[in-house]
Amino acid sequence: MTTTLPKPAPEETAPKRTRRRLSKSGRAGGQLHGGPIAYIVLGLFTFGSLGPLVWSAIAASRDTNRLAQTPPPFWFGSNLFKNLDKAWTDANLGKAFLNTTIVAGISSITIVILSTIAGFAFAKLRFRGRGALMLIVVGTMMVPPQLSIIPLYMMVAELEWTDQLQSVILPSLVSAFGVFFMRQYLIQALPDELIEAARVDGASSWRVLWHVVFPAARPAMAVLGMLTFVQSWNDFLWPFLVLTQTGNPTVQVALAGLGRGYTPDQSLIMAGAFLGTVPLLIVFALFGKQIVGGIMQGAVKG
Amino acid sequence: MASHDTAAPPSKGGAAPGRPAPGQPSEAEQRRRARLSRRWQRDIKWSPYAFVSPFFLLFLAFGLFPLVYTGWASLHQVELTAPTDMKWVGLRNYTRIFDDDFFWNAAKNTLTIGIISTVPQLLMALGIAHILNYRLRASTFYRVVILAPYATSIAAAALVFVLLFGHDYGMINWGLDLVGLGPVDWQNDKWSSQIAVSTIIIWRWTGYNALIYLAAMQAIPNDLYESAALDGASRWQQFIHVTLPSLRPTILFTVVVSTIGASQVFGEPLLFDPNTGASGGGEHQYQTLGLYLYEQGWVNQHLGRASAIAWTMFLILIVIGIVNYVISRRLRSSSGS
Repeated sequence: MTTTLPKPAPEETAPKRTRRRLSKSGRAGGQLHGGPIAYIVLGLFTFGSLGPLVWSAIAASRDTNRLAQTPPPFWFGSNLFKNLDKAWTDANLGKAFLNTTIVAGISSITIVILSTIAGFAFAKLRFRGRGALMLIVVGTMMVPPQLSIIPLYMMVAELEWTDQLQSVILPSLVSAFGVFFMRQYLIQALPDELIEAARVDGASSWRVLWHVVFPAARPAMAVLGMLTFVQSWNDFLWPFLVLTQTGNPTVQVALAGLGRGYTPDQSLIMAGAFLGTVPLLIVFALFGKQIVGGIMQGAVKG
Repeated sequence: MASHDTAAPPSKGGAAPGRPAPGQPSEAEQRRRARLSRRWQRDIKWSPYAFVSPFFLLFLAFGLFPLVYTGWASLHQVELTAPTDMKWVGLRNYTRIFDDDFFWNAAKNTLTIGIISTVPQLLMALGIAHILNYRLRASTFYRVVILAPYATSIAAAALVFVLLFGHDYGMINWGLDLVGLGPVDWQNDKWSSQIAVSTIIIWRWTGYNALIYLAAMQAIPNDLYESAALDGASRWQQFIHVTLPSLRPTILFTVVVSTIGASQVFGEPLLFDPNTGASGGGEHQYQTLGLYLYEQGWVNQHLGRASAIAWTMFLILIVIGIVNYVISRRLRSSSGS
């Protein structure tokens, strides 16, 4: 009825749009239409990416006995909320969510601010040793975390900070990637003239930072914030070492504890895994486009 | 583009005088200007250091110092129960781990898991980036979807895949049974368990690498393809002769990053069998160096030996880095000639 009417219009405009793209586009490949094979392959990858996540939700909505049957369940059951509720209490997930939010929140905010300031200096200011210091920043990205956990652990043990959040937060306040990311962004997003203009007006470096750099960097700061939040939320090795699974866990530590029982309740474990992933999937559903853009932007100039 | 609607207002003590001074400025005014100018110079000279110093201070405390201290600890006997009680043993921790069969087993496993997780991952990423580079309906949707596993934590992913790889009721063995293949013992056989652990890594990282390739592909100038097409190159030939060479630095970058990641694999094998944990399977069949370090340090409580493992891993990484650098130099010079 109404759907038949507007249909011819897109078909008429489509070739025109393609031609315009062809002549204007400086991008490679982007002008070529994907054929059916492309959609089939993408469909397979979509299934591969989302399949395990969807299936964990299905398993979380079932009774454990149903999971120990062939064929495995393919559709949702009715136990979802019961399992979520049980996982929530059994794995201390309420505390874990609060802890992870605190840790990820503090470290992302600090990393974003410190990275913007340092990234600005590396992108736009001239000073002796800039090249060498930047090399150190990039070099630190290659140092594996395993190299620092032993002394850090000794430190935490010495200070009797085991099972306390500051032992997770403190080492996660810097990110070499963040400095690098902000530098790459500011090199192209912040015109030199703008800084010079502020300088001519007599602005001090801190004023330039506050009134010129931060506003210009805002989009990249948002992306970096989300990326670090995801990373910090998912961090496993270090929290696993210093936090206990029942006392004061982060979500990841609590999840690791879930699988450990002697008679593990599988649907309960899946409920926990699902719960631990949901906040990030929501972030992705809302800001996925920006996160994708951020990763791609960081990559090109890298 | 960001909007810059917040131009800096002239500061109160700016270089411009508040009132128009007729004739010569007074002596006091001159002094004031000189003082301002000195402060200005200091600001220009030192503020960059102030801006980068938080990063470096924190890095010194939580990056460099631990790095060096790990090296120091690796020359001592240190037990987890009394971490301050250090006894000098020279290189004995190193000889001890090199004599340990489990160390070589873990090194070999790290290598094989690294290869079977990295190679398919990057090849698939390249393929999917190529497809995403076409004009597609809902292309943003696909980009977000393939990145979704990246948002999933190691712990959650491992738990889900353990169930999928279950021997009797796992989804994957059920599928294999459906196509007429027998069930695979994903947890206990060496190769199948390493493939299963690698699958978790591949699942989490393929989309991320695909986006990095896609970004690099979109930066390739169209002229290259046009002239290749004029020379009669097919789509496939264009991919081989235009896309791949242009992506070489990006591919190298992802290889380096994935190699570093693969050398540290820890959570996936730790959680793959909750009952064996740190030993990486009943026969240590998928124990990686990361797990071996954890087992020595936190299960057997030998922090000194764990430090020696950490430093050995670091040295291996440096060697890999140098090899990568040499290969990339070679590639560059051969493509230049």
